[in-house]
Amino acid sequence: MVTIIDYGAGNLRSVTNAIGKLGYEPKVTSNPDEVLAAKALILPGVGAAGDTMANLNRLQLTDPTKQYISDGKPFFGICVGLQVLFTGTEEGGWHTCLNIIPGQVRRLPEGQKIPHMGWNQVKQMIPHPVFEGIPDETNFYFVHSYYVAPDDQALVAGKTEYGINFCSVIARGNLVATQFHPERSGEAGLRIYDNFLKLALAGEPSSKTKEVT
Amino acid sequence: MLTKRIIPCLDVKGGRVVKGIKYRNLQDAGDPVELAAFYNEQGADEIVFYDITASSDERETVRDLLERTADQVFIPLTVGGGLRTVEDMRRMLESGADKVSINTAAVQNPHLITEGAERFGSQCIILGMDAKRVPGVSPRRWGVFTHTGVDGGRAAGRDAVEWAIQVVELGAGEIVVNSIDADGTQAGYDVELLRAISTAVTVPVVASGGAGTMEDLYQALAQGKADAVLAASIFHYRTYSIREAKEYLTGKGIPIRL
Repeated sequence: MVTIIDYGAGNLRSVTNAIGKLGYEPKVTSNPDEVLAAKALILPGVGAAGDTMANLNRLQLTDPTKQYISDGKPFFGICVGLQVLFTGTEEGGWHTCLNIIPGQVRRLPEGQKIPHMGWNQVKQMIPHPVFEGIPDETNFYFVHSYYVAPDDQALVAGKTEYGINFCSVIARGNLVATQFHPERSGEAGLRIYDNFLKLALAGEPSSKTKEVT
Repeated sequence: MLTKRIIPCLDVKGGRVVKGIKYRNLQDAGDPVELAAFYNEQGADEIVFYDITASSDERETVRDLLERTADQVFIPLTVGGGLRTVEDMRRMLESGADKVSINTAAVQNPHLITEGAERFGSQCIILGMDAKRVPGVSPRRWGVFTHTGVDGGRAAGRDAVEWAIQVVELGAGEIVVNSIDADGTQAGYDVELLRAISTAVTVPVVASGGAGTMEDLYQALAQGKADAVLAASIFHYRTYSIREAKEYLTGKGIPIRL
């Protein structure tokens, strides 16, 4: 079962639609038990990381999400869903986040238009199954004003240039998270989700509920 | 490097895409759902869905249409037209829009920009601006207009560049600059207007109104310093395909996603 966390914000419809296009029937939930029981968990996100944390706390989804990830189960974070994995963010004053990945979320440097909005290239830093079939330097759709700075550079799977060379993809075991929006990145974006879900649901032949057209 | 975006704009009225000249003499240009799917397939970088229906009772129909359109595209979708409240914005975002564009309502109630940005994030809130040259002044100035669907619109009594600076302070994440003088004429964007606004603000600026040739797209990006170009007629009537426009711009040295 592909499970998408609904915390009362975020672009759920486009994420759900993209996963549906790949032939899966995702479950959208804000139920902590269903989050824990997921086989593949997706945390979408738009807006501010501090608000997302407040929503996750309010819905008692913080602990189940942390538990799920620390159990090593497949997880995909998108945009703010990547940022909240970090120790904390400087957006709107300091906000503590999930602290799953040590590091900070910082504002993009001045001198460029902010938000960083549009299609930009992702330089693949390591070979990873989510990149399968995706050429290096492929364009993905970004829209954000803050970026993640992990303490451990070995977790950086992809980088993107915008004033600075920032981390645009994180990979650690079964955890993958992107600063860009795969659901809004055309064919290449769908491919990333497909790669992730194939990896996550390997050995679960019943996970695809319909044929992809 | 961040690429420049090519954005086809669907002006939707009565369930159909229409296109006029300076907001008049509307002609049918196709089905919005089919056109959106077509542009998604063709490599458009975003799609704008603009509801030019005036009456509120048709809003539900528009939402249904937006949902069906959103299901066809895997690129960003902006929706605009008639949004007056944060609740209106929320409904559109739930229906599959990634961004909402506000224009008249923002002029009447600038605080709406801040409310929207606080609720959904600045990246969601696009300020659409209709601007018209003030005749006979030097240096050149432009005035902001609202209600452009009706009788050429109403002067808002604001300077376009000053308004652009103000809306960014209020929380807008992007500005679509539409030239009333150029809209639908296919005689080129108002490059001076674009440049004046793009160099005055720190958020992305989208050029709108007047695209007739691929050279016009180039001028808006190169001389007008725009971050994206929005066009309707040249794509709807297949004067050029998105792909042709992108190859042309790439050939001219503009960073483009092919």
